Amino acid sequence: MSLRRPAKDQPESFEFNTSSLEAANVIVAKYPKGKQQSAVMALLYIAQKQNNNWIPLAAMKYIAKFLDMPYIKVYEVATFYTMYNLAPVGKYFVQVCTTTPCMIRGANQLVEACKEKISENECELSNDKSCSWMEVECLGACVNAPMMQINDDYYEDLDKQKTLDILDKILNGETPKPGSYRGRVNNEPENNRKTLMDLKNA
Amino acid sequence: MLKDQDRIFQNLYNDKGSDVTSSQERGDWVNTKEITDKGRDWIINEIKESQLRGRGGAGFPTGLKWSFAPKEVGSRPHYLVINGDESEPGTCKDRDILRFEPHKLIEGCLIASYAVQAHVCYIYIRGEYFVDGQKLQAAIDEAYEKKLLGKNAAGTGWDLDIYIHYGAGAYICGEETALLESLEGKKGQPRLKPPFPALIGLYGCPTIINNVETIAVVPTILRRGAKWFASLGREKNTGTKIFCISGNVNNPCNVEEEMSIPLKELIEVHAGGVVGGWENLQAVIPGGSSMPLIPKERCETLKMDFDACVEEKSGLGTAGIVVINKDQDIIKCMARIARFYKHESCGQCTPCREGSGWMWRMLERMAKGDATKDEVDMLGDVTNQIAGHTICAFGEGSSWPVQGLLRHFKKEIVKRNNLDPIVQKKNNIPYLVDQHLLDKKNA
Repeated sequence: MSLRRPAKDQPESFEFNTSSLEAANVIVAKYPKGKQQSAVMALLYIAQKQNNNWIPLAAMKYIAKFLDMPYIKVYEVATFYTMYNLAPVGKYFVQVCTTTPCMIRGANQLVEACKEKISENECELSNDKSCSWMEVECLGACVNAPMMQINDDYYEDLDKQKTLDILDKILNGETPKPGSYRGRVNNEPENNRKTLMDLKNA
Repeated sequence: MLKDQDRIFQNLYNDKGSDVTSSQERGDWVNTKEITDKGRDWIINEIKESQLRGRGGAGFPTGLKWSFAPKEVGSRPHYLVINGDESEPGTCKDRDILRFEPHKLIEGCLIASYAVQAHVCYIYIRGEYFVDGQKLQAAIDEAYEKKLLGKNAAGTGWDLDIYIHYGAGAYICGEETALLESLEGKKGQPRLKPPFPALIGLYGCPTIINNVETIAVVPTILRRGAKWFASLGREKNTGTKIFCISGNVNNPCNVEEEMSIPLKELIEVHAGGVVGGWENLQAVIPGGSSMPLIPKERCETLKMDFDACVEEKSGLGTAGIVVINKDQDIIKCMARIARFYKHESCGQCTPCREGSGWMWRMLERMAKGDATKDEVDMLGDVTNQIAGHTICAFGEGSSWPVQGLLRHFKKEIVKRNNLDPIVQKKNNIPYLVDQHLLDKKNA
């Protein structure tokens, strides 16, 4: 189990803005009548997006009312799933995969790079409060290892220098280009492709 | 090597684009109506005869699963749920289907929904694949526009709506009943079975749950015939499969190959060989992290299919092959996998919640050589206390890799850990530490 705690400093109140409200109503309509509780996960995402990448307790209370469900049920969900940030993580949230397939291809170098550029410890905001990093479990891009995720995007086929370059960019407020950083096309075997060559050369 | 025309996922590397027009050029959506016109019994029978087995890890026969859905729709509607929660370390096949072959999946959803009489289909995608999910959503929108979904989908006379539901980083939600809990807006803790989801599933209604890859191959099987699919691979292990080859290989990649392909061929031909040469191979995890590893000697002849892997006391699982060479510390590798399971245990059953952390802490110390002699046997004992004593298969999934390590590399562990607690009292060995105290302070 992973242990997660809500942040100490919590805002007093939270409310969906107009665009969030619109998105939330679209989501609720996906589920059968009376089963609006199903929308809780998506609504937490919306709250997280609206509130600068993290979910305050006030948002959980608001969502509980919105979906007509007990607050504790929303709290349960928000603390169970690891992608809901319960404390501020900054505008750029860097997640480095360190599970075995990435580990054996050198994920620790990425961690070192994060320690150098962002902060000494994980889940700690950088000096300018713009970003933070943490080690996460498998992100499901094992053939592109080692890799990391910044907000929604995957950065693949990295090494220490490439990671440092990417982190420099985000610390300057730029969004680097996602995808492979060795220039390979998706998941094909680099320089060694033997299948579907007609399509490649067509 | 499989012939190119027998590959189902022609756009695996996105040479042609994933939009509906280029998908139609590849044969998707061409004669969907002709297929459904042959009737549900024909479809289910054809899938049974193709001997397609679920691609999500357990390898349950798909046709049989579909036949469990009630024949008549009663007062409760039927649901089809697609499991795209791919989180098994070593596996990244569904991601490529979601982003490059979405129309194969959507058409498969339509045919499967028709076969099990569902009008609503939920596709559960892990939250990290948000960008890939957006690509699937774009494909779904496109399908609605072209009247391939919605009322009278693709002219079949069947109404179908497809919705995407994003997970939020819980590995356990790949377990089918945990996935249903998550879909219902609860924390993902698996349910007891029986009742099986085919009778009482999502919202208490009959629900069929299939992996993304399983559903995506269905239209091609029905088009080209069960006989064609069954002619690939071998009896009971038929068809093609996307293999993900990661770890210490020269060209890690995803590749679609015939079932029962020799492991050595996959690694040498497609993945460009082991880093440092075949002789430098230490072990291979054949099917995602929860399958026990297989040492080099056995890898020489291993065929990659469900039954052959079981004979080696491992499993094909999701076919996520992790190659570990001799430059790696095998105990450290397994300790990291144990940490993964410690992190991902849902906390419902005590043996798994406590045992997964216990295994991790022991393995971490064993990697450093800080464990005592008797702990090696104790570790084996702990794995046996977990496996088979939990609600879902996570217990097995977390203890099998450790059992595999003990089966093949016990000598290595014993060599490194020969402390005797009675003679060497200076070593402080924490047999039991509250794992929560070891957790990150800032998390």
